[in-house]
Amino acid sequence: MPSRHLDILTGYICRGDGMIGLEHYLTVAAALFVIGIFGIFLNRKNVIVILMSVELMLLAVNINLVAFSGFLGDLTGQVFTLFVLTVAAAEAAIGLAILVCFFRNRGSINVEDVNVMKG
Amino acid sequence: MIGADLGILIPEIVLSLYALGGLLVAVYISGDRLAGTLTQVTAALFVVMALYIGVTPDGTRDAFGGMVIDDGFARFAKIMILLSTAAVLLISQDFMAKSDLLRFEYPMLIALATVGMMMMVSSGDLIVLYMGLELQSLSLYVIAALRRESVRSTEAGLKYFILGALSSGLLLYGASLVYGYAGTTLFSGIIAAAGDGKVELGLLFGLVFLLAGLAFKVSAAPFHMWTPDVYEGAPTPVTAVFATAPKVAAMVLFARVVHDAFGGVVGDWQQVVAFLAVGSMFLGAIAAIGQTDIKRLMAYSSISHMGFALMGLSAGTEQGVSAMLIYMAIYVTMNIGTFAFILSMEKDGRHVTGISSLNNFALKEPMKALALLILMFSLAGVPPLVGFFGKYAVLLAAVDAGLVWLAVAGVIASVIGAFYYLRIVYFMYFGTNEDGLDGQMNVLPWVGLMASAGIMLLGVLNLFGIDGLAQAAAATLIR
Repeated sequence: MPSRHLDILTGYICRGDGMIGLEHYLTVAAALFVIGIFGIFLNRKNVIVILMSVELMLLAVNINLVAFSGFLGDLTGQVFTLFVLTVAAAEAAIGLAILVCFFRNRGSINVEDVNVMKG
Repeated sequence: MIGADLGILIPEIVLSLYALGGLLVAVYISGDRLAGTLTQVTAALFVVMALYIGVTPDGTRDAFGGMVIDDGFARFAKIMILLSTAAVLLISQDFMAKSDLLRFEYPMLIALATVGMMMMVSSGDLIVLYMGLELQSLSLYVIAALRRESVRSTEAGLKYFILGALSSGLLLYGASLVYGYAGTTLFSGIIAAAGDGKVELGLLFGLVFLLAGLAFKVSAAPFHMWTPDVYEGAPTPVTAVFATAPKVAAMVLFARVVHDAFGGVVGDWQQVVAFLAVGSMFLGAIAAIGQTDIKRLMAYSSISHMGFALMGLSAGTEQGVSAMLIYMAIYVTMNIGTFAFILSMEKDGRHVTGISSLNNFALKEPMKALALLILMFSLAGVPPLVGFFGKYAVLLAAVDAGLVWLAVAGVIASVIGAFYYLRIVYFMYFGTNEDGLDGQMNVLPWVGLMASAGIMLLGVLNLFGIDGLAQAAAATLIR
């Protein structure tokens, strides 16, 4: 089953008929990654948006890993992706838990209100 | 085969099982009643594991096809991590009990974070690196927000989480690029791909992203911005944890990545690490001057110290790695003593962290003031205390590697940094007459403070042999 998936992906990438190549996947991933970073730094509204931006960054990495995995014909990248997905889920759970505690104390999850300590 | 692989990981497996079992026992049977006992048992287990790692035979062993490396370098770091975490757990127990923070989750999360750190320092593969780092970070996010009912603690947890997740993302993006352009996630494969002196552009990008992610974890400037807020907001025992073992683990991981995976292209990362070192040393020294909260001050102090450790690393030589290890060992010892003191700073029965509360402390408690004076001088790097030898080792490594400008910058930053350490001493001995600290101290923090100060004094004879051990450890990293 993984090899079939791999064949489809490598088929696309290796055919070389100008359809979709490795660089297209990398471009999409880089764009998503940059959007994620900007989402964290430029967002002035809501902490949830920051959590979403973090997810976006991790998923951009996953696209990268799977694209490379297909391109190289090596399964390590897809194994890595599964680990990243698992950790991302745990990370989101912990982030939301901390956010809930913060909301109980502060009564708000606006980014401007995360300011008891300067810096 | 699998038995031999697992045999290498015995300390990690024992600690993981202990943490999971302890959680089950505490949840089903005791709740928070046994939290104090669990803390002591955890500390004892850490010491036992450190002894076990100390007596395992020398030599470099691989497990799981090179994904986990157990060499002298990893063992040195693991012993340092285990002993410092055990010490921090012990000195903070009284504080935890007094401030109603004695929860069973705390020692268990510390145990899990320690497993993560041990995986980090012996990682031989990007996947293991990432999993170790995340196990450590996720546990630490939670304990930063340990005081659930406090705005400051939860805010510290939130800030630490967001910036930590960002740094994990950067690191991971770097890891994906390295995987793509090296064709493997194994360090042994990456060094083969990047070893012939010439590096592909994609691999270089991956290296820079990896370094940025790691710089976040060691809180090197310009990726330091989370440190002061998290140190200030987190409960003081948690701050003591943050300032010691995770810094060692991250710094050792840094050394492992640049030498094990990119040891063939020293010139490509040397400038980046030197830049991080200069930035951290100066930022830590200058930004700390205006601080009035001692926890915040210790945050800037740790940024500055990480700069010095990175200076040793930027030499790119075996001597540099050994200097970095010596520096980290001394830094951790000094910080344990200092935090033992900070933990017992009380005024009218309440924990205070303002520097002005130290006014005229020496009149009331001359012994403790003297111990803190020794620690502050040692942190500043005043000869002949041990802290000076740490700085001397990294400066020497930088000069020997031809980075004279970096060593000069280090000396200047060290002089600037001495100001705020001496300011604390000034407050203690020549402060105005205000009503200062109570001066009470429990047994374990007192032992921690005095032992640390004693080491800083007596260590000048031979550094307790730590330099020889560090040299042997560094030799196993750079083959």
